[in-house]
Amino acid sequence: MAALLVSPTLLVLGLVIAYPVLSALYTSLFTAPGIDPKTGFVEDGDSFAGLDNFTSIFSAAGDRFWNAFWNTSFLTLTSVALETIIGLGMALIMHQALRGRAWVRASILVPWAIPTAISALLWRWIFDTEGIANTIINTEVLWTTEGFQAQVAVIIAEVWKTAPFVGLLTLAGLQIISEEVYEAARVDGAGPVRRLWSITLPLVKPALLVAVLFRLLDALRMFDLPYILIGPGKESVETLSMLAQDEAANVRFGPASAYAVVLFLYVFLIAFAFIKLLGADLLGDRQSGNGKPGARKRLSLMPGNGRGQQKEATA
Amino acid sequence: MTGTTPTATSEAPASPSAPASPAPAPGTGARPRPAGNPWATGFKYAGVIAVAAWCLAPFYWMLVGSLRRSDDVFATSLWPSPMSLSNYRGVLDPSQGFVRSLVNSLVVAGSTTVLALIVGIATAYALARLDFRFKRLVLTGIIATSMFPVVAIAIPLLKLFVGFGWINTYQALVVPSMSFALPLAVWNLTAFFRQMPLELEESARVDGCSRGQAFRKVILPLAAPGVFTTAILTFVMAWNEFLIAVSMTNKQSMMTAPVAVSKFTGATEFVQPHGSQMAAGVLVTIPLVILVLFFQRRIVAGLTAGAVK
Repeated sequence: MAALLVSPTLLVLGLVIAYPVLSALYTSLFTAPGIDPKTGFVEDGDSFAGLDNFTSIFSAAGDRFWNAFWNTSFLTLTSVALETIIGLGMALIMHQALRGRAWVRASILVPWAIPTAISALLWRWIFDTEGIANTIINTEVLWTTEGFQAQVAVIIAEVWKTAPFVGLLTLAGLQIISEEVYEAARVDGAGPVRRLWSITLPLVKPALLVAVLFRLLDALRMFDLPYILIGPGKESVETLSMLAQDEAANVRFGPASAYAVVLFLYVFLIAFAFIKLLGADLLGDRQSGNGKPGARKRLSLMPGNGRGQQKEATA
Repeated sequence: MTGTTPTATSEAPASPSAPASPAPAPGTGARPRPAGNPWATGFKYAGVIAVAAWCLAPFYWMLVGSLRRSDDVFATSLWPSPMSLSNYRGVLDPSQGFVRSLVNSLVVAGSTTVLALIVGIATAYALARLDFRFKRLVLTGIIATSMFPVVAIAIPLLKLFVGFGWINTYQALVVPSMSFALPLAVWNLTAFFRQMPLELEESARVDGCSRGQAFRKVILPLAAPGVFTTAILTFVMAWNEFLIAVSMTNKQSMMTAPVAVSKFTGATEFVQPHGSQMAAGVLVTIPLVILVLFFQRRIVAGLTAGAVK
């Protein structure tokens, strides 16, 4: 019965995920093939290259790869760090909001809903030489040309779009913290700063960790934003995804697959380390939090508030 | 809510229901709450306005920019004057091919959503309600797949589809999109099914329904809001997809809207057709923003379902 219900999904995922990943592993062992001059398509019979595509990463030809690798890491690290801090701040503000919470929540979904491609175009216009960014800070920076400023532009655009998302997930975590804990802390004489450090942050940590993990894994595969905001093949912002896509678009599937495999392993390692070291809990096995007795509307965020039930259903 | 000190009132119901906490020492209960302070209230409003401004200001700027004439696209007035619809007229001109790309986006995102729901719904039900071997493994696997770098999937499929002659077809866009849409759908639907009281289903079965009937006649109608929310989230994801769409198409008539807009040369001879890009951007985004405004509560519930539960 269960097998019958689950197998369609596994079949489809096998087709669109397991097959491509295995195929990428296999393809990565072959050289970049020649191109059939008649059709423009790849010729059959790429020659077997063993691990050459991987070892060449460590040779002179690997410069472009390492550049993309460091770009990916740098952009991910800086933007996720900023998103986490700003997102947490947003969540704390929204949690304190007296009224208009529904409106703030709607507006916080707007950056999330805007397609990344469109937001990249929007920021390209904002960061134009004559654009509003230069007007406001009264400079003439060429934001979208090669250089550090291009990375800054990408980070700003990325943080704008995703910090509210982190804020939203963190807010949901804040809302399941019981008001009683705060009452007790107040009674014991803890000031607002102490309450933030000793109660809010530790208790919101599980939700925040999951949000950060989502963001890390998403940022590591960053593609659309630098691709459109700055442009494909730009050294200062080329990420691993862009590099792999560029190689594939030039029908160099061997190296492209090798880069994709490396990126895949990188993402896997980061996720694994994050879950093992920090204990981010994706499956929802951690202790269920208490419903907040004083909250009226807030609980509606958590449909059904059926955490206890779920535990039993999972067990 | 009561005027100046609503926070105090919202906290009030919590205080009496805290029997576990030690009895407050005399005097501490009378300490003024920071929330009652008008400065604190002011700060809270300022904070909320700052958050809203962060989220909305760039979008507002896009809206304003799309309504300017292409000559003053770099004007800095907060309101477009003179206002002009020329950008929209240019974008919607059939020769631009943008309307066609909107239709493509609708077809691709729509069929991805429907397919993901059809395939995912039974699986989600099994994961939420049935006990079977490897359930944890299946659940973990499904979450893990949603985090795969899309490029690792797109490249081999691109190679495969080149062989099939599928480049510039809808199926070449829909099939790879399933790689992120299906895990998302299963994950969300599982969360929703779990929240539904088991008793309903049990009583249906006591009344003589088979498991399948209970699912069709009791669970599914009740799960409709969850299914709908999942549909919205999946649709938004599929609508916003770029990497697959840009890799699998090279003919303008088959591009999805985000790709088409990014390749705009514009109705005018400008180097960077910012105005028409903003107009097109608004047209691509408005359906999503309307969805967000109408269903924000559900979207938030769906987005946080995976993270907080």
